[in-house]
Amino acid sequence: MRKDSIANTMLVAAGVCVVCSLVVSTAAVTLRPIQQRNAELEERRNILVAAGLAAPGERIDVEALFQQVETRKVDLRTGEFVDAGRSAEADEGTVLSGSEDIAGIRRRDDVKDVYLLERDGELQRLILPVRGMGLWAMMHGLIALGSDLNTIESLLFYEHGETPGLGGEVDNPRWRAQWAGKQAFDSQGNVRIEVIKGQVTPQTPDAEYKVDGLSGATFTARGVNNLVRFWLGEQGYGPLLDNMRKQVHP
Amino acid sequence: MTKPGTVLLEPIFDNNAIMAQVLGICSALAVTTKLETTITMCLAVIFVLTCSNMAIAAIRSLVPSSIRMVVQMTIIASLVIVVDQFLKAYAYDISRQLSVFVGLIITNCIIMGRAEGFAMKNGVPLSFLDGLGNGIGYSVVLLVVGTVRELFGSGSLLGYQILPLLADGGWYEPNGLMLLAPSAFFIIGLLIWLLRTWKPEQVEEE
Repeated sequence: MRKDSIANTMLVAAGVCVVCSLVVSTAAVTLRPIQQRNAELEERRNILVAAGLAAPGERIDVEALFQQVETRKVDLRTGEFVDAGRSAEADEGTVLSGSEDIAGIRRRDDVKDVYLLERDGELQRLILPVRGMGLWAMMHGLIALGSDLNTIESLLFYEHGETPGLGGEVDNPRWRAQWAGKQAFDSQGNVRIEVIKGQVTPQTPDAEYKVDGLSGATFTARGVNNLVRFWLGEQGYGPLLDNMRKQVHP
Repeated sequence: MTKPGTVLLEPIFDNNAIMAQVLGICSALAVTTKLETTITMCLAVIFVLTCSNMAIAAIRSLVPSSIRMVVQMTIIASLVIVVDQFLKAYAYDISRQLSVFVGLIITNCIIMGRAEGFAMKNGVPLSFLDGLGNGIGYSVVLLVVGTVRELFGSGSLLGYQILPLLADGGWYEPNGLMLLAPSAFFIIGLLIWLLRTWKPEQVEEE
């Protein structure tokens, strides 16, 4: 058979494809369990950082520390904790209409995992997964609320596609640090926290509800503002927070 | 006849892919802000380059010339996916930092260049040495660039603080330019200048 004949061309092409796909799929299948484990550890590490149990990048035993955190499923429609019976796949979620969808997520899961850090039966921190559109891509993060379910203890983003140096500053520790201690709600229970343009000074009225904007990243800052307000509001964890407050102060 | 020693050593200084042929610059800019990612990238490129060279040399007499580039590309792409999967499993943090640049090894001109320029014409052992030599040549440049950029950009090497930063109470004010892509251009330019002063025969005729 001549090397440049059509038959040989087909044969070589098919042979190369079969061998290469075998190599690639073997690698993908055999390594998948380890990769999933890594992704899970990474997620737990972020939760520990939000819980204040670890510093970012610190070498820690994620498994051991995570024992302190309790994972609960919550039904966002009712704001009640539910048993871990329903899997996430079966959850079709709620499609959000334009005016409700300020965070730009289109569809919200109805059942979500939240994380509770308790000491001696008292809630220390409640960690809520959040997401919303930034300028370029979906930003995924965690908000940690203190025991009063009002004070923000920390906000962090573990996945985003914002411009490095501008919107990418959402994961800058210095910017994130100023969220700590801010108040999310006023005494009537309205969501008040917001990202403003420019800087918050002690003279700014209602400074406890306000966070500095990111210079050069108006759209990213707006995205953060919207996603925080969405997830703390009625469509997000609002009902859950109301229920939890009633339990503490009936 | 080409000697094995020449095949292995020539690409390191005498005919370096980055410094003499100016290939593979894109990844040299992107991954060299830290030494750790640089080393990982170097190992990945050496692995892909050596394996692809050997695989292509092994089947070179079977491959029809009409589809030879497609075949080379398929082999290179498969190897890169394997490397990427390995990094995700065993070096998760580094693979997050390298993100798309591992995948972009596929488009690294050095690898395609060696496949087409060397492996298609030579046997498996020589192609192995050629792949290794070119991989090392690429790595030498990247390691120098990575060392300079991390040391002067962050004051550290491999994450260990060498120059105490002003922000932490030391004396060193980090050079922010070093963390941006243009600094790699300057460093590679200086390296080419040094190399051509040492080996003037590499200077092109006017």
